Amino acid sequence: MRDVAVISFAQAKNQRRVADLNEVEMLMPVTGQVLDQVGMTIDDIGFTCSGSSDYLAGVGFSFVSTLDGVGPWPPIQESHVEMDGAFALYEAWVKIQLGEIDTALVYCYSKSSPGDLPMVLTRQLDPYTVAPLWPDTVSLAALQARALIDAGRTTEPEMAEVAARSRRSALDNPNAQLAWDRPAGDLLTEDYHVAPLRKHDCAPITDGAAAVVLAAGDAARRRVERPAWIRGIDHRIEPMALGLRDLTVSASTRLAGEKAGVADGPVDVAELHAPFTHQELILREALGLVDHQNVNPSGGALSANPMLAAGLIRIGEVATRISSGEADRGVAHATSGPCLQQNLVCVLEGES
Amino acid sequence: MLTAPLIIEYPFKRTTGPVIGAFMTGLRERILVGSRAADGRVIVPPAEFDPVTGEDLTEIVEVGPGAEVTTWAWVTEPHAKHPLDRPFAWALIKPDGADTPMLGAVDAGSIDAVHTGLRVVPRWADEREGRIEDLACWVPERTTPANVEYKRS
Repeated sequence: MRDVAVISFAQAKNQRRVADLNEVEMLMPVTGQVLDQVGMTIDDIGFTCSGSSDYLAGVGFSFVSTLDGVGPWPPIQESHVEMDGAFALYEAWVKIQLGEIDTALVYCYSKSSPGDLPMVLTRQLDPYTVAPLWPDTVSLAALQARALIDAGRTTEPEMAEVAARSRRSALDNPNAQLAWDRPAGDLLTEDYHVAPLRKHDCAPITDGAAAVVLAAGDAARRRVERPAWIRGIDHRIEPMALGLRDLTVSASTRLAGEKAGVADGPVDVAELHAPFTHQELILREALGLVDHQNVNPSGGALSANPMLAAGLIRIGEVATRISSGEADRGVAHATSGPCLQQNLVCVLEGES
Repeated sequence: MLTAPLIIEYPFKRTTGPVIGAFMTGLRERILVGSRAADGRVIVPPAEFDPVTGEDLTEIVEVGPGAEVTTWAWVTEPHAKHPLDRPFAWALIKPDGADTPMLGAVDAGSIDAVHTGLRVVPRWADEREGRIEDLACWVPERTTPANVEYKRS
């Protein structure tokens, strides 16, 4: 295996609605910054991979416009996933492993604000037996939360603690969309949104973008003092039908975590892509981080959840902390699909 | 700034095949069916492929109509596209004879009327076309009170 590291990370300020910029205009400062930070241009990049969704952009082949934005001439090697940028990063990591290239630019973005996001997301469900019922994202997550409560594995007060801690952590994150300091007890006095979930249990709807530069071996060491080396990365998927899964556990996260080697060393920081409070608890259990004290110091997806980018941001947040010396080893997680259907786990490490 | 409405449609039709097709045909006839998985479990709606081994599943098994709620969520303000226009419960519902639950809407009236383990039965649409909407929603099973027998004096 080649040593591959995250050497640069940038994200747009997460906002509820970016009305005055199109996707290209929203993304370009981010891709510009992520390259500038390490003194690179698109000419220094061996492979470019992006994550975005036509369903959110509202047009087919929408990624072509943003690809034009990064400068694909003379012709570049590129690819695209209709998934979170974390999965685009995985593809880029594989490409670097093949040995033909040493650097990659990964970027992702979405504007959820023009549409009705919880309803747009129903289009990823079984088109015959589920999607025609239009079960929105929040309702499906609420089914999962109820199952977890019924199983005696969480309570509404514990979920409120996750909400309160995440938004409090977000006060230190200048890119966060939702940041506040309120005791969990106060949150429980609010009405249900879709019972057993209250609004505070749900991630906000966010427009945003993020980008990462990957580099192998000396190409990384030459450009940054302390690269965040990817020591393990794996992603796994579960069946599409909710009824075929035990929603109270995340079998795919557990397996991806084992393959990525989460338990092979101490974890200084973890960033888990949990758009709902109870999902953080499920992920903690799957990764052996039940009582970990440093989960989602950025505020996590509960404080900013740009679709297609919130997963890559988790990797970027961990990498940034490793490169700064704040952490030596960390775990980043990204999810896709309803109720944590597909999960990616990445273990990052600094060199001592 | 100029804005305009944009509606995206994918107006094509697909055939459902022998497994999903059997489920859809069943709905039209007010019958629920599942498929038997390699490990013997009955999966509803039927799966074309075994979720563990990936092999073709072809044995169709009738299930229900009685069923049990395995988890639920209460919607106070239904969306215009939701199956019901009044507060209702989404639920995962396991038909009798099945080993896995399916998604459905339960017309229960109030949040207090729903609980995990609630017995429900289908309410069928009057006009059925072989689509999931033929199963209009689920309703709590009416239990027969013990004292309805006419007592002669």
